[in-house]
Amino acid sequence: MIQSAAHPTGAHAAITSNLFGLFLWVTGFFFLLVLVFLGWAIWRKDRGAVRDRALRLTVTSWIGMITLGLFGLTIASYFADRSLAFAGAGKTPLRMRVTAHQWWWEVEYLDRDQSKAVTTANEIRLPLGRPVQILLASDDVIHSLWIPNLAGKQDLIPGRSTDLQLLPRQVGHFRAQCAEFCGLQHAHMALDVIVESPDQFATWWAKSIQPAPAPATPEQKRGFDLVMTRQCAGCHAINGTPAYGTVGPDLSRVAHRATLAAGEMPNSRAWLERWVRDPQSAKPGNQMPKIPMKPDELHAVSAYLETLQ
Amino acid sequence: MRSFPAATIVLLLASAALGSCQREARETRDAPLPFSQQTLATTTTVMAGGGAAGAPDPRVAHYEKNAWHVSEGQRLYEQFNCVECHAHGGGGIGVPLMDDEWIYGSSSPQIVATIMQGRPNGMPSYRNLLTEEQMWQIAAYVRSLSGHVPKDVPPSRADDLASGPPITLQKPEPVRNSNRESGSR
Repeated sequence: MIQSAAHPTGAHAAITSNLFGLFLWVTGFFFLLVLVFLGWAIWRKDRGAVRDRALRLTVTSWIGMITLGLFGLTIASYFADRSLAFAGAGKTPLRMRVTAHQWWWEVEYLDRDQSKAVTTANEIRLPLGRPVQILLASDDVIHSLWIPNLAGKQDLIPGRSTDLQLLPRQVGHFRAQCAEFCGLQHAHMALDVIVESPDQFATWWAKSIQPAPAPATPEQKRGFDLVMTRQCAGCHAINGTPAYGTVGPDLSRVAHRATLAAGEMPNSRAWLERWVRDPQSAKPGNQMPKIPMKPDELHAVSAYLETLQ
Repeated sequence: MRSFPAATIVLLLASAALGSCQREARETRDAPLPFSQQTLATTTTVMAGGGAAGAPDPRVAHYEKNAWHVSEGQRLYEQFNCVECHAHGGGGIGVPLMDDEWIYGSSSPQIVATIMQGRPNGMPSYRNLLTEEQMWQIAAYVRSLSGHVPKDVPPSRADDLASGPPITLQKPEPVRNSNRESGSR
């Protein structure tokens, strides 16, 4: 899992990274030049005045280089900006909406056909090579979505709509992060970005619009009943069940995700139980209340949640 | 003219001591008081004019005097769509919550019982959707809408557009129990 702007795997990040490289080389060259002049001045401090002609020549060419350098960088920025605006143009983008909450991400895949729209959380899956347009919204305070490998940051502002364009060019598992301080658990508000082949993506989508599998074993059945009656369903939704809460992350395929609680912990049985037993010890201040459960109830709930693949 | 009068220095030192004032703790879990449905108000105590409760419930002060609990109540009030029927206190489909009239009692335990059990003619039960702690938080917020929590407790800013003054400026409304006057409704 990579999180680095220095290893761009998307068109937008590559353009920004190239521009950054150019700035680094040009400004680095001038910095070294300044150091050379400084060293020279120190070396010749007691050797009398410089000849007028040499001084004039040096200063003139210095000014000329700076002017050229600044013009060059301005023009390069302009072209980088144009390429950012047109990267991925011409193809129909995949349209998504990401809504930030304290402290997790709601991810929706939009489709003209409402029955094909998919809602998930804390995980963005993208098909390789298809441009993506993400509409951004916030439910509470200002957040910022930053997927360093794919693109720059974009703020999510309550009451305003912003958007972010992506064009993934490499398959992989990347980490993204909230990049605007948003409260107690800002540091633990990450998400997984998974770029996969268009076929894999289509398979994932097709499975995501199906109802969740019915509980099979008695323990899973008991877990299902507990999820529906012990306040879980008040906030969480599971496809095809009476749970349709809109306050917390959608759990329809929670067991299929790589991490729990917005990138906070790996998604395994032990971590899941730890999270459900006491969400406030894992991530103090988050909006999931502690629901007192006996150990066997906890096991049943985890057993059911694990079936949501 | 002395440049640093003694009074100024004392005042500066005293203001530095303000930093040691204790901030209210956020109880994000493990409510210190036991919760169980048995100790909740029963129907007789919920009906206004019914059996009076014995000793005051310690949870009332616990939630109504804690700014964090009341602001959590405000958040839950939005998230669980109380607004749909009760608006931001002014009512609509449901009864107003910021006036003086209470059908099923105005105290926190009575409001918690109303949220938990639901009431005839539209109020659904939230027993399976909210934890008891969350119901107490919402009850404290509902009480703040009619000015029944200390002034320094409720959030001074609403989460949404508001037509009236902030709830911190709300004067305590008198309590009128409509059940007592007109029988059950």
